[in-house]
Amino acid sequence: MREVYLDYSATTPVKKEVLDEMIPYFCEKFGNASSLYTPGLEAKRALDKAREQVAALINASPQEIFFTGCGSESDNWVLNGAAQLLKGKGNHIITTVEEHHAILHTCDALKKQGFEITYLPIDENGRIDPADVEKAITDKTILISVMLVNNEIGTVHPVKKIAEIAKAHKILFHTDAVQGLGNVPIDVKDMGIDLLSMSAHKIYGPKGVGALYMRKGIRLPNLINGGAQENGRRAGTENVPGIVGFGKAAELAKANFDAHVAHASELRDYLAERITIEIPHVYVNGTMAERHPGNLNITFEYIEGESILLLLDQFGICVSTGSACSSKSLKPSHVLAALGVSDELIHGTVRFSIGDFTTKDDIDYTVEKLKLVVARLRELSPLGPGKSW
Amino acid sequence: MGLYNDTVMENFLNPKNVGEIEDPDGVGVYGSPVCGDMMQMQIKVDENDVITDCKFKTFGCGSAIASSSMATQMIIGKTVEEALKITNKDVVDELGGLPAVKIHCSVLADHAIKSAIYDYAQKHGKTYEGLAGFDPNADDDDDEAPEE
Repeated sequence: MREVYLDYSATTPVKKEVLDEMIPYFCEKFGNASSLYTPGLEAKRALDKAREQVAALINASPQEIFFTGCGSESDNWVLNGAAQLLKGKGNHIITTVEEHHAILHTCDALKKQGFEITYLPIDENGRIDPADVEKAITDKTILISVMLVNNEIGTVHPVKKIAEIAKAHKILFHTDAVQGLGNVPIDVKDMGIDLLSMSAHKIYGPKGVGALYMRKGIRLPNLINGGAQENGRRAGTENVPGIVGFGKAAELAKANFDAHVAHASELRDYLAERITIEIPHVYVNGTMAERHPGNLNITFEYIEGESILLLLDQFGICVSTGSACSSKSLKPSHVLAALGVSDELIHGTVRFSIGDFTTKDDIDYTVEKLKLVVARLRELSPLGPGKSW
Repeated sequence: MGLYNDTVMENFLNPKNVGEIEDPDGVGVYGSPVCGDMMQMQIKVDENDVITDCKFKTFGCGSAIASSSMATQMIIGKTVEEALKITNKDVVDELGGLPAVKIHCSVLADHAIKSAIYDYAQKHGKTYEGLAGFDPNADDDDDEAPEE
């Protein structure tokens, strides 16, 4: 059966060139990068190269890149580190309502320790207003964290403007760039960013490896203590093959950036056009301007997301949904709720995210099956135009 | 397929008794799109109090649709009193089980049936022991576990 994967925001396949780069470091060049003999030095060189490659993608210096186990770990390091470092100065953190759970749940934990968190709202287009950031700052604010690109609706936030405001008030600025990396241009120097979280498996690298960019001069307390890996900042024997893969993936992302963005946005716009023209009672969530090039988030009225997902899966099509039924917590997407989408519409949302391996035929196939799926579920549904509950 | 077993998937992909009845004897609607699950059940009851037909329409996830489909099959051919004895646990058992977070879908199906029968009872001036204490407008928010 045909398989169409349209959930690149969840994870991506490892590209062949990335895997080829990684393989030698499993069985042949397996040395511990901290060992002083030749195989160790070889592994260390591979890490250094990867560090340069990742740094180049965001215009950082290699010494400012620290490898972690995942994007979530990077987020945890920033929040906990800043809290620990600066609690003498203040206890207030500014973030947004639509951050990833790695930020939100870590903030919840900090609240229990006496920190106060301000969650900035998003407008109906999903955007943060820099003016709101300015208004929220107090003399107790120690960190501002605003994600670069939202994972559910793909909104690109005005991070450079917000970083400027943070700098003017001498407050640390962090951005979770897990979804933004490789999808929007990032220049940490030009954008004035102090801290930035990244993840390999969103850019055709392996799972289980992330990174934190920490601007030279900033010394956050460690999250993981132990050996002297990562220049003493993040203990744990390095995942050499994973990091090598991350480096290669970053190199490819930089080289292919324009082509990747053009390919994804063309197909995403085509998908959006076909769906909105050919299927009635649908709504696009979030603005199409300044959006992750491959993201499309659509509500299908009168039907529910998990059942859409399951029926599409029967046709080999993979998407994700903001419906409560599909989450273990049974809570609907907090991002769509923050956008002002009503509960009953949140349950009918589907997120499509297009990537490098998506073809126009994939889109055509998806739309044809989607029409069948939506029609079928609307047949089953007691809701419809003119039929209220 | 990890999420649902074959019986549940079959009832989701090929649900039975979908639709509406022309001139139904009882109609029950339970849940709401706000919660993400909403079921509408319509029944036809003959002079011997036997449920001769039942049709459903559901807005909801795989479990919700499967539970509705199974529930309709379980009550057709039964008397109203027999149908009232069916609990959500029976629906789950007939389905061969549902993931713990989805048990509430079977509770919805149970309530939707009872609502339809309640409506029938109201319209025909009948009372049933099985409906004692049943409130068609009650919230089901607290029902996570099957009724024992």
